[in-house]
Amino acid sequence: MKKLSRLYMALVFIFLYAPIVVMILISFNAGESTAHMTGFSLRWYQQMARDENTLNALKNTIVLSALSAVITTVLGTLASVGISRMRSRRLQRVVRNVTNLPMMNPDIVTGISLMLLFVFTAQMLGRDSALGFGSLLIAHITFSLPYVIMSVLPKINQLDRNVPEAAMDLGCTPLQSFFKVELPFISPGIITGMIMAFTLSFDDFVISNFTSGASYETLTIHIYSMIKKSVKPNIYALSTLIFIVVMALILAYNLLNDRGREKR
Amino acid sequence: MRRRGNIAAYPHIVWSVLFIIAPLLFVLYYTFTDGAGDPTLENIQRIGTSNYLLIFTNSLCMALIATVICLVIAYPLAYIFSRMEEKTQRIMMVLIMLPLWMNFLITTYSWMTLLEDTGIINTLLGLIGIDGVHMINTPGAVIVGMVFCFLPYMIMPIYSVMAGIDPKIVEAAKDLGCSDRDVLLRVIMPMSLSGVISGITMVFVPSISTFYISQKLGGGTFQLIGDTIESYFTGNAINFHFGAALSMVLMFMILISMGIMNRFGDEREERGLLK
Amino acid sequence: MKKILSLVLTALLLTAGLSACGQTDDKLYVYNWGEYLSDGIYGDRDNISAFEEYYEEVTGRSIEVYYTTYPSNEDMYAKISSGTSKYDVIFPSDYMVQRLIAEDLLRPINIEEVCAKYGTECYYDTVTEEFRGLYFDPEDKYSVPYTYGRVGIIYNSTMVDEEDCTGYEILWNEKYAGKILQFNNSRDAFSTAQYMLGIDVNTTDPADWELVYEKMLEQKPLVQSYVMDEIYNKMESGEAALAAYYAGDFFTMQEVNEDLEFFYPEETNIFVDCMCVPAGSGNPEAAALFINYMLTAEAAIPNAECLFYASPHECVYTDEEYLDDMGEDVVEVLYPEDFNFQEELNRYAFRNLDPDTLELINSLWEELKIEGGLPDSIYITAAALAIAIAAIIISRLWIRRMRAKWY
Repeated sequence: MKKLSRLYMALVFIFLYAPIVVMILISFNAGESTAHMTGFSLRWYQQMARDENTLNALKNTIVLSALSAVITTVLGTLASVGISRMRSRRLQRVVRNVTNLPMMNPDIVTGISLMLLFVFTAQMLGRDSALGFGSLLIAHITFSLPYVIMSVLPKINQLDRNVPEAAMDLGCTPLQSFFKVELPFISPGIITGMIMAFTLSFDDFVISNFTSGASYETLTIHIYSMIKKSVKPNIYALSTLIFIVVMALILAYNLLNDRGREKR
Repeated sequence: MRRRGNIAAYPHIVWSVLFIIAPLLFVLYYTFTDGAGDPTLENIQRIGTSNYLLIFTNSLCMALIATVICLVIAYPLAYIFSRMEEKTQRIMMVLIMLPLWMNFLITTYSWMTLLEDTGIINTLLGLIGIDGVHMINTPGAVIVGMVFCFLPYMIMPIYSVMAGIDPKIVEAAKDLGCSDRDVLLRVIMPMSLSGVISGITMVFVPSISTFYISQKLGGGTFQLIGDTIESYFTGNAINFHFGAALSMVLMFMILISMGIMNRFGDEREERGLLK
Repeated sequence: MKKILSLVLTALLLTAGLSACGQTDDKLYVYNWGEYLSDGIYGDRDNISAFEEYYEEVTGRSIEVYYTTYPSNEDMYAKISSGTSKYDVIFPSDYMVQRLIAEDLLRPINIEEVCAKYGTECYYDTVTEEFRGLYFDPEDKYSVPYTYGRVGIIYNSTMVDEEDCTGYEILWNEKYAGKILQFNNSRDAFSTAQYMLGIDVNTTDPADWELVYEKMLEQKPLVQSYVMDEIYNKMESGEAALAAYYAGDFFTMQEVNEDLEFFYPEETNIFVDCMCVPAGSGNPEAAALFINYMLTAEAAIPNAECLFYASPHECVYTDEEYLDDMGEDVVEVLYPEDFNFQEELNRYAFRNLDPDTLELINSLWEELKIEGGLPDSIYITAAALAIAIAAIIISRLWIRRMRAKWY
């Protein structure tokens, strides 16, 4: 039984990692093909380092995801606090359901609905470019909000209501009690939410595809337009680098977490 | 404090109205108007023609198959994971999540390299003397792509529910005379149902609306609903109004499917099997 | 935890703040076909940075070029006509120029006036007489030709018999089933059938289009996939054996796979890709200067060498070094002798069609793409729904029974 389950796990992992292994291998290809290895070289890494468009798109993506993660986290944390304190259960449910819409809706519908909004508003205002950094930022905040709320709200609900009240009884102002008592307690949820928001918007393609304009190209959009032309291993080189960075980050995060756990 | 507390939610409520509800109203508006802004039902009527019905059933069918395959693969895996040591469990989950971090545009392209007639799998098969198997540009290839992209979304919720089952309940069941099989069938399966349901939604929704995977792995030889919607917004056949109508129908279709799904879950969650 | 949070926050805000720096005086949005300009990625000349320097020299203002790409005329048209984005320079083909002009989506370039205003040399004269006053823009107000070429058939000589290479029929040859690639855009794809059947590509007779559709349907089982630029990888790796595509791109592919060969069918599509300025351009003067710069020998020759498309610019095709670099074979294909460009263009080029015909083409194209897929999907879906409903009912009954038993 144990052997069987090992084998099964191995098969699933082979399935999940086969394309990644292919990608990493081919990024070192000496030839131009993405199908056949003709030798080992680093030329695609060198070429990528020269490719200003790609680097620019990478920078754009980092800026956009960072900004959207910060705004989303602030907005989402506030919203979670607010929602948890709503007295009307019904209102609470309505707000949560509306918030979750972008999570339930297919990305393509969220993307085009936002696009229609931007296009229509721009026409009303007589502006000739509806899409750009602003529209992307709005779209990214909108689709990552539910995930932040999803990770913060349960933390708030876990918090014993009497604790902040005790703090206030002991002379804290409501604001002080929020920052000194509640915030430290819910901060793991906030951090998880922020990381999630960042990764979601870093990786998003479908919604960005509909809400980005000429002035601001993100990495996924750039890759999409590159893939429409002939694919060279340089894209694989870029992805390999991203993969390695991500792997390092996740490992670091897990190590930190482990240590935190041991301390406790 | 309590009274004033929900002021904090106001920015979010305003945001939701502006950027979640209003855009959906625009989809409605575009659905029921034509290019000149006059009201019309033409867009909806056009969807009723056999072509688009075929596109919808095609997509629905592929998404269903992909979802079922994901479930079949994920369930035993989640079960195996949940019985491992805690530290190994965490490592396994990281390994499952890691592929999600790869841009799916690129991994889909890698699948092309794997599945092509002259691709890696066929080359390997050739080495051991098996004739080429044609895989790329078939519905099967698209389903492989979907399963690859969305499998982790099925594993995660099922695993987290299973890992959360109190071992004491399992012990209690055993004490009361359940065999291993009974424990799985009568305790773990019913209790993991909520994870299964959220897994199914997390796989089904993106698979039914995908457009990139079908373009690359299907070779453009057939169209899914996502492709069609995309082509009305950014491609060949630009027509926002008809595209909006298609997406509205897609949205309702998904809402209905989810309604059916939730009926499944509700019965147990609300009244509880083991209460 | 709080420390980590504040650290992360400051780091994020810092990166966001950094991005705001480095603003330039002007911006120029260039929207081009993929890999349709020498941009220095492959170690060749970076014409975009070169233009930025040129612009600063001429006007004394700094400029940043935002360069993005599209895969087909129709995709570009979608962006321009929906007004979702603002562009300053685009590269539409002949029939698309005609359509954009007809819909008031272009503005006059006035290249001479702009050059005169900034006191810089105007290079428009390099566009040869032959390429002026073309049917889509008789007064040369809206467009400056960038490249031209014809569609031919690319084949892999290890997989295709030389004697089958007679014309577009080869794309319908059952011998090569599963090895044929077809265009993934309606006009180009349908035109292969039209040239073969001898139907005018600009016909407005619905019956003609139906006939073409039938022919395409007949071809569908033989087609491996409908592609645009994916063709490079598929032809280079030998995954596919046959495809109709633009002559220039053939040489790019041949550089990778030497087995590839090329021929022109007797009647085939001819196109001119032009540089234009959309009506919504925010900086038409910079756009005119960009177009002017692309006509200089120092920019046009690297472009032509990188693209392998034929150039309508005298400074390019009379340049000895360029002709040497290209080699005789290439020059023969790109610049055939006794080739009357205008005559061919007027006979074989696409023209903009009336909205009804365009709509018909779209719906036929969609129908062609839908045909196939999962043939029994209706039954499978119905069965799945039935199973789901049955499962709900059974599970409810089961739960009820269990409850009755246990409590």
